Amino acid sequence: MEWVIRFLVGGLMVAGFSAIGDVLKPKSFAGLFGGAPSVALATLLLTVSKHGHEYAAMEGRSMIAGAAGFFVYAFVVSWLMMRNRVETYVVTSGSMVVWFAIAFGLWAVWLR
Amino acid sequence: MKARGMLGIRIRLAELKDARWYSYALRILFGGAVTVLTGVVAKYYGPSMGGLFLAFPAILPASMTLIERHEKQKKRRVGLDGRREAHAVASVDAAGASIGAIGLAAFGLVVWRHMPVGATWEVLTGATAAWAGMALVLWMARKTIIKMRIAKRTGSVARAE
Repeated sequence: MEWVIRFLVGGLMVAGFSAIGDVLKPKSFAGLFGGAPSVALATLLLTVSKHGHEYAAMEGRSMIAGAAGFFVYAFVVSWLMMRNRVETYVVTSGSMVVWFAIAFGLWAVWLR
Repeated sequence: MKARGMLGIRIRLAELKDARWYSYALRILFGGAVTVLTGVVAKYYGPSMGGLFLAFPAILPASMTLIERHEKQKKRRVGLDGRREAHAVASVDAAGASIGAIGLAAFGLVVWRHMPVGATWEVLTGATAAWAGMALVLWMARKTIIKMRIAKRTGSVARAE
């Protein structure tokens, strides 16, 4: 049951932030909501109630490394999209390796 | 319904009517899946590893693909190919998300430093405000730099406006 609640809260939070992004112009401003803390809010709300504040704080610290990976990933995707004719899904999924490299690289040197 | 605010930010509620049901179904699916994944990783590998996925770009590939398809359809309705424009719009969306990602780091910092001592709702409200504030300031700075570059190139501030 816990996983169903987690799925629903996360899904609705992501869809909510996306809907806000959809109605906003210009596109560069709406794009900010592609980097909204929707999954983080859903997860932390449930985490605090189950595991407590210290556990959630540790997740927050790791989130900084994930965010660094997200920044580089989105930057690379934006750059490739502007300069190539490759399909969007190829660029966005192929570049995912950047997120994993940065996030897990920072985790290995800073958080492990 | 349209509303224009400061900084040239506009709200177009009509976009919600244009949105297809499957685009939201897809977002709920991806968002829910990543939230579950984060919980699973934290359960088996600890909060230090699970926390990485709080800033996982799960929804970006799906939303960019939908944006690109929407732009192509719009251009094709008026007889244009639209591939180039669709790529450019998706690229701008990703550039915005990269600014949002810096805001995510601010969010994580507030949670890390204040969660052990603060009330949950206060910390999460403060962290969300930090995300929004950081993202807005950086977006304004980027916009100003782009305007200045255009003005320098064309020799006219008015053109850049």
